[in-house]
Amino acid sequence: MGILIYTESENGKFKKSALELASYGRSIADQLEVELIAASFNHSDTKTLGTYGVDRVIQISDPSLENFTAQQYAANLTSVAQENGVKLVVLSSSANAKYLAPLLTVSLSAGYASNVVGLPESLKPLTVKRSCFTNKAFNICVLDNEVNIIGLSNNSFGLRENHKEITTEDKSANNLETDFKVDKIEKTSGQVSIADADVVVSGGRGLKGPENWHLIEELAETLGAATACSKPVSDMGWRPHSEHVGQTGKPVASNLYIAVGISGAIQHLAGINSSKVKVVINNDPEAPFFKAADYGVVGDAFEVVPELIKKLNTFKSS
Amino acid sequence: MKILVCISHVPDTTSKINFVDDATAFDKNGVQFIINPNDEFGLTRAIWYQQKQQAEVTVITVGDASCEPTLRKCLAIGANKAIRVDLNPIDGFQVAQQLSAHCKEENYDLIIAGRESIDYNGAMVPGMLSAMMEYNFVTNCMALEIEGNTAKASREIDGGIESVSCQLPLVIGAQKGLVEEKDLIIPNMRGIMQARQKSLTLQPAVDSQIKSSISKFEKPALKGAVKMVDPDQIDQLIDLLHNEAKVI
Ligand SMILES: Cc1cc2nc3c(=O)[nH]c(=O)nc-3n(C[C@H](O)[C@H](O)[C@H](O)COP(=O)(O)OP(=O)(O)OC[C@H]3O[C@@H](n4cnc5c(N)ncnc54)[C@H](O)[C@@H]3O)c2cc1C
Ligand SMILES: Nc1ncnc2c1ncn2[C@@H]1O[C@H](COP(=O)(O)O)[C@@H](O)[C@H]1O
Repeated sequence: MGILIYTESENGKFKKSALELASYGRSIADQLEVELIAASFNHSDTKTLGTYGVDRVIQISDPSLENFTAQQYAANLTSVAQENGVKLVVLSSSANAKYLAPLLTVSLSAGYASNVVGLPESLKPLTVKRSCFTNKAFNICVLDNEVNIIGLSNNSFGLRENHKEITTEDKSANNLETDFKVDKIEKTSGQVSIADADVVVSGGRGLKGPENWHLIEELAETLGAATACSKPVSDMGWRPHSEHVGQTGKPVASNLYIAVGISGAIQHLAGINSSKVKVVINNDPEAPFFKAADYGVVGDAFEVVPELIKKLNTFKSS
Repeated sequence: MKILVCISHVPDTTSKINFVDDATAFDKNGVQFIINPNDEFGLTRAIWYQQKQQAEVTVITVGDASCEPTLRKCLAIGANKAIRVDLNPIDGFQVAQQLSAHCKEENYDLIIAGRESIDYNGAMVPGMLSAMMEYNFVTNCMALEIEGNTAKASREIDGGIESVSCQLPLVIGAQKGLVEEKDLIIPNMRGIMQARQKSLTLQPAVDSQIKSSISKFEKPALKGAVKMVDPDQIDQLIDLLHNEAKVI
């Protein structure tokens, strides 16, 4: 029995999504009256997990796990799951988690639902709601298997503290023979990634050119936000492809999404629908984006954004 | 080099999404179907290997006869041959099993699928297939160079890019960046004519399992009306975001 969560860390700290998985896993573990186990790789400060409801942490530290590789990590998670009779594995929606989940599905002969947006609607058979059609719809998915895997959408459950006396154990790594090598990792340094961000500030063609992006960057910095853009903006090379959000780019599931000079085409909206609160700044009152927004400002971005930055700074210092 | 490109046949990105039969099925009425955009990036890259490195490119889909125009389009784009596995799949696991049964017969050097389909968004078929085949796997693949038996690939990660290398055989999950948008191939008349002569084989499905099923679809709740803020009263926006929406 038991529920296993895969907890990711970055720069020596658990990611917020790891704590969200703990909160989510705790809630299901309480309903099923089973243990909540966390697997953690090359990370020793596991106390925080107890704050969010984890009963037991299995730590695996090994040079082979220094860089994430899906096969190595999946092999290790598989043995943790099997040795502990785990029936449910919960992963986040990070790029790495989505990379390894399908591998785990095969090695555990499990059912898998990605993009799950909340607690299960039923536990027997396991029934979850997940987003599909790139956030234009949801489907209710039934996973009637011995072992199942849930990929939880980031920010869909939130954090809930629930203090547990956590126990920690070390496990040795399961080393795969492989010719697969990570040669280089280039991080876009000092920035919040779109996947992890609570707030995302996004710019469209209405900003006229890359030379005006300081407006987006300053607004993002004021809010501790990630920066994003519409597809044409990345196609024209004003911004890197990694910032393109929408149906053919990245999904955004932040708490706050601020769109500046973006018209709100259906393909753009598809990607950002699951953001909770949307603010639209556009000088055209007819821009379709206003229909999908919670708050709207009809105005020139070159006036509204500097004003917003100024007022936010006043707000922060008060 | 033998390449397989897995094609998912999906509603056009501008489609309105509606459901029928008590919200248990997607409403295909008036919907245009296209090659899943991620698969199209992959197919375009495959055609590059065909032209530059003499690769042979096969496209495959697991689906009913309604997928055939999409396969014909892949042939018109340049694929050498097409295969349809005759099964209307219930889930990604089943698709991966059908694909792996075919791949075990054919020994492809490179299997290209999309990072995810834009209808089901499972992001599972390529990974499952790689695990079933015990092949190397790179998803979110945004660059791929192959020399001899060695592949060098870039993968988009959260907040960056990772470069990896490995030996073939390899499965990739293709995405934007793998080829440039301007290099996507729009079939010309000659391609369309040639496609008619190329082989589109129908293959019976093998026995397979289902691990998940869809009991119902739902549409997102209707949104409340937008609150407009006067551009001269930005303080009010901050107040709303702080006190009402509680997001700052
Ligand atoms: C297959 C396919 C997939 C696609 N996928 C995506 C996707 O994933 N993501 C995506 O974003 N798009 C996608 N698109 C493109 C999409 O259809 C739109 O073309 C695109 O989103 C428009 O980008 P935009 O809003 O930045 O530009 P525009 O549509 O040109 O809009 C610019 C907006 O800025 C406003 N503006 C102008 N000047 C100012 C000013 N001074 N101050 C304030 N506002 C101003 C204008 O009123 C206008 O509303 C896709 C298209 C296709 C065909
Ligand atoms: N029915 C199918 N037939 C062939 N390939 C498929 C099928 N469904 C999905 N795929 C491939 O798997 C990728 C990811 O799909 P999914 O796991 O559904 O998100 C797609 O981009 C296709 O390359």
